[in-house]
Amino acid sequence: MKTLFSKFAALIITLFLVSALAFFAFALIPADPATTMLGSEATPEAVAALRAQLGLDRPLPVRYFEWLKGFLRGDLGESYLYRMEVGQMLSGKLAVSALLTILSFLLTVALSIPLGVLAGSVRNRYFDAAAVGLNQLVMSVPPFFLGILACYGLGIVLKWFTPGAYVSPEKDFWGCVRYLIFPALSIAIPRSAMAVKLLRGSIRDQLGQDYVRTARSRGASETSILLRQVLRNALLPVITFLAVSLAEIMTMSILIEQVFSIPGVGQLLLSSVSNRDYPVVLAIVMLLAAWIVTIHFLADLLTRLADPRVRLG
Amino acid sequence: MKQRISPMLLLGGGISLLTVCAALLGAFWTPYNPTAVSAGEKFCPPSLVHLLGTDNFGRDVFSRVLQGMGASLLIAACVVAIGCLLGTAIGCLCGYFGGPADFLLTRLCDVVTAFPSVLLALVVVSLAGRGTAQIILALGVLFIPSFARLVRGEAARYRDASFIQSARLMGVSHSRILLAHILPNLRGVLVPAIVIGFNNAILSEASMSFLGLGVQPPFPSLGSMLSDSQTYLQRAPWYAFSAGAAIALLILGFSLLGEGLQRRRRA
Amino acid sequence: MKKQILALFLAVGVLAGLLGGCREATPQNSTASSTNAPSSQAPQKAEIAVGIAQDLDDSLDPYQMTAAGTREVMFNVFEGLIKPDSQGNFVPAVAASYTVSTDGCTYTFPLREGVTFHNGKECTFEDVLYSFQTCAAVTVNSSVAAALSNVADIREENGGVVITLTAPDPDFLSMAASVYIVPKDYDGQATAPVGTGPFRFVSRSIQENVILERFDGYYGAKPALERVTYRIFSDGNALFTALNSGALDLVAHLTVDQVESLTNGYQILEGTMNLVQAMYLNHAKAPFDNELVRQALCYAVDVDAMLALTADGHGAKVGSSMYPAFGKYFDSALADRYPHDVEKAKALLAQAGYPDGFSFTLTVPSNYAPHVDTATVIVEQLKEVGVEAKLELVEWETWLSEVYAGRNFEATLVGFDASTLTASAMLARWVTGDGKNMIGYTNPDYDAAYAAARDPAHTEEEQTAYYRQCLEILSDTAANVYLQDLADFVAINPALTGYAFYPLYVMDMSTLSFQ
Repeated sequence: MKTLFSKFAALIITLFLVSALAFFAFALIPADPATTMLGSEATPEAVAALRAQLGLDRPLPVRYFEWLKGFLRGDLGESYLYRMEVGQMLSGKLAVSALLTILSFLLTVALSIPLGVLAGSVRNRYFDAAAVGLNQLVMSVPPFFLGILACYGLGIVLKWFTPGAYVSPEKDFWGCVRYLIFPALSIAIPRSAMAVKLLRGSIRDQLGQDYVRTARSRGASETSILLRQVLRNALLPVITFLAVSLAEIMTMSILIEQVFSIPGVGQLLLSSVSNRDYPVVLAIVMLLAAWIVTIHFLADLLTRLADPRVRLG
Repeated sequence: MKQRISPMLLLGGGISLLTVCAALLGAFWTPYNPTAVSAGEKFCPPSLVHLLGTDNFGRDVFSRVLQGMGASLLIAACVVAIGCLLGTAIGCLCGYFGGPADFLLTRLCDVVTAFPSVLLALVVVSLAGRGTAQIILALGVLFIPSFARLVRGEAARYRDASFIQSARLMGVSHSRILLAHILPNLRGVLVPAIVIGFNNAILSEASMSFLGLGVQPPFPSLGSMLSDSQTYLQRAPWYAFSAGAAIALLILGFSLLGEGLQRRRRA
Repeated sequence: MKKQILALFLAVGVLAGLLGGCREATPQNSTASSTNAPSSQAPQKAEIAVGIAQDLDDSLDPYQMTAAGTREVMFNVFEGLIKPDSQGNFVPAVAASYTVSTDGCTYTFPLREGVTFHNGKECTFEDVLYSFQTCAAVTVNSSVAAALSNVADIREENGGVVITLTAPDPDFLSMAASVYIVPKDYDGQATAPVGTGPFRFVSRSIQENVILERFDGYYGAKPALERVTYRIFSDGNALFTALNSGALDLVAHLTVDQVESLTNGYQILEGTMNLVQAMYLNHAKAPFDNELVRQALCYAVDVDAMLALTADGHGAKVGSSMYPAFGKYFDSALADRYPHDVEKAKALLAQAGYPDGFSFTLTVPSNYAPHVDTATVIVEQLKEVGVEAKLELVEWETWLSEVYAGRNFEATLVGFDASTLTASAMLARWVTGDGKNMIGYTNPDYDAAYAAARDPAHTEEEQTAYYRQCLEILSDTAANVYLQDLADFVAINPALTGYAFYPLYVMDMSTLSFQ
């Protein structure tokens, strides 16, 4: 319990440091929102006036603590460019990214567990060599390359979906899911190859354990040993991997969002950085960071719950 | 202990060697100047003249792939070197000494992990301009935490090991213990981690240059080639496939190598 | 082993090519009907999806919006007293007509009957007055602000607007056209704009789409389209994929390579981008302060070869700071002032004291692919005369602050367009000391010619002659390495007709209709 508490405290400190780092790093970047917003026809006086209006002329620490105060109250501020509440802007984008992450995750699980069990349990040299080789090959294909191929092959050639015809989940939830299946697959396929590798190794380890031999000697069938006992133990390292995947999918989907033109958090992050729209950037950074540390925290907890021997190192 | 070289190690080593040799070749000689443009030779399909065809500027794709692989490997090597050296140093100090410095450095590593990688690259690039050195710096920083975490765990384990304890009792200095006793013992975990890290670095470099943040045009990089080739997928499929396959081949070679090494270690 | 791998790639490539080949044989009409895209029902519902390459991410307030892409869309929502047509003439809009007094100081705009805003309010003199006053006070366009500061008085007379200037301004009409008329006392323009145009603003989803609908209370001819959805694609490749898949009905500003890679059977229209793409040289930095060096670069660059490479020869050479759509001022002879001549370039460089060439950094904004493509070719061409240009890509925002505002660059390759339909929109910036003179061009002859062109004492013919003289001076002194006005390709659903190119960066949706 004490460990848990100190881990949680560390999580909060990490988030605080992330916010400070993000804030001050952005302050160093050349070009500020005022020049960006006014474009090439503006006079320097107009730029100075806008800077003052946005509060950019105040010292950095003041601006940071102001932001922090708002953040702790749940106020994410207003976008410089869109003149909208950041919270309101983000909620829609978040829904899309969350949907994509969940779909990718579910597909990863759905693909990797049966395939992993298959790869782990079939004891044929040639099958094994082929499975491992294929698995390594699939692992090596970058998700964005798969995405490009999917857009072209499945989209333009086979017409299974129309790349670019994205519909937002508020408008047509199932239409959105149908569209997101393809980007989710591009993320899930290489990811599940990694999970398959882990699961296969883990099953092999378990199959060599004493309790399996005992069960066999008692005359239990291979299938029942595999599904009742081996899988339960073998899944543990895989579950941790899958949990951490939840964090990585979210951050790595930026490229996939670009390839499939999905207006999610990643796209908003890219454009907000280039527009120097700090309130939006900070909100997204905090969101992603919170997601990542929470997932790692939970994964850690999961490992701890399942294996009491693991203690804080 | 029988040390037979597994087919996986062999295949991985072979592919890696092939890609490294190709990249080395590309550094000194390419069939064509990889940046020379030619109006008459736009979108030539693969042939004996242009092994992998030409792109939308009439540039030889094979030459560009060779140099692009070189760039990928160079960047990945530098990134892993930064990550491994600094990560090992931080991990050793944290794991061996513990205390508040350990807490602080561990938090810093957490911060880097929690910071979206693309964002860090964007910040570095916005500050220092686009280019090879900048992307190495950005990715290098991102690669520190994983090494640090790994080494920290090992170092903490050795701290209480009996041979270290007895060395302490004999009055051996901390620095000597770290360098002479702990560091050599880290080799076992570091070698596979380096190979896996190398793989991740290649993928990260490709992702960044796909977003236009890596090697700058007109110099070739696999990620930016893949990005440019999307529009011409139907007209010049060789362009996208060459770039995509080159990335996959680089990663495949090193992942087989890493896997082989790890199994050998376990065996 | 290497050969086998190569062979494998080739096989995969050939396979993909075959798949592509098969695809072309399928009937084209399946493109639009077999998709679940919103555009599939377009023929019945008269709605279309237009792909645009950038989000409307600035304020939508007519006096605050800066991005060309935003102005391009909002052209359909807002109107001034008068508005430009596709020929570059000004036609009455909120005003029923216009007259100019003989001294050029008084403009009379009788207001049109029955003009209503999208919020249902009727447009009155009060709204016009409010619009002019607000625009003068807050506009981010400095040349419009300068023109409006010249307004002495705006008054109502017989249901019309009479504007008096303190001094005659030959460009006043085009400035007046950019003062969009908005309802008085409405403060939601930044996010929910209201104007008098043929389309009304419905919604904006960030980085997703902007939706306009036909305004049924429009005084003029009603548009045929009921609804236009602008879909936003921040990545050019994704935009192209969406176009090719049939998810979009109309995409403008495509390159020739994209158009030729298109396989969905859309019709292709060719126009021009209406901008002057050039390698702009910073005269404050050596060696670009040397006219001989600049001329050498002009001779070293082969514009025709560049056009052949980047655009299969499409695009118009410009030769000076004016694009062909300005027929009155454009001088096609200037385009060939510096034919490609490597020897002459080398000789000039030697004469200037750079017999072995030199090196410089060419800064290019990365967001617009055609400029990057052009720069890629120019860099190679300059190598022939021993000049090493190092390409440096920067974000557009960094370009704005560092290169454009900060003037911290050696050379940059971009395109300048005209924010209003006037020669001065292209030429004012090269006057010594002008705030927008990013290259630091200083030439008393040019200043004199420009001042003469702006002098109201001269007749219109004389003014035109002076403007043309300005262009010649820019060309003779090789102010910049002038390249081209880019070809602008529009891919459009074959069922749509009525697309019109404008001499400005706008896209008019009101003329489009389904056959």
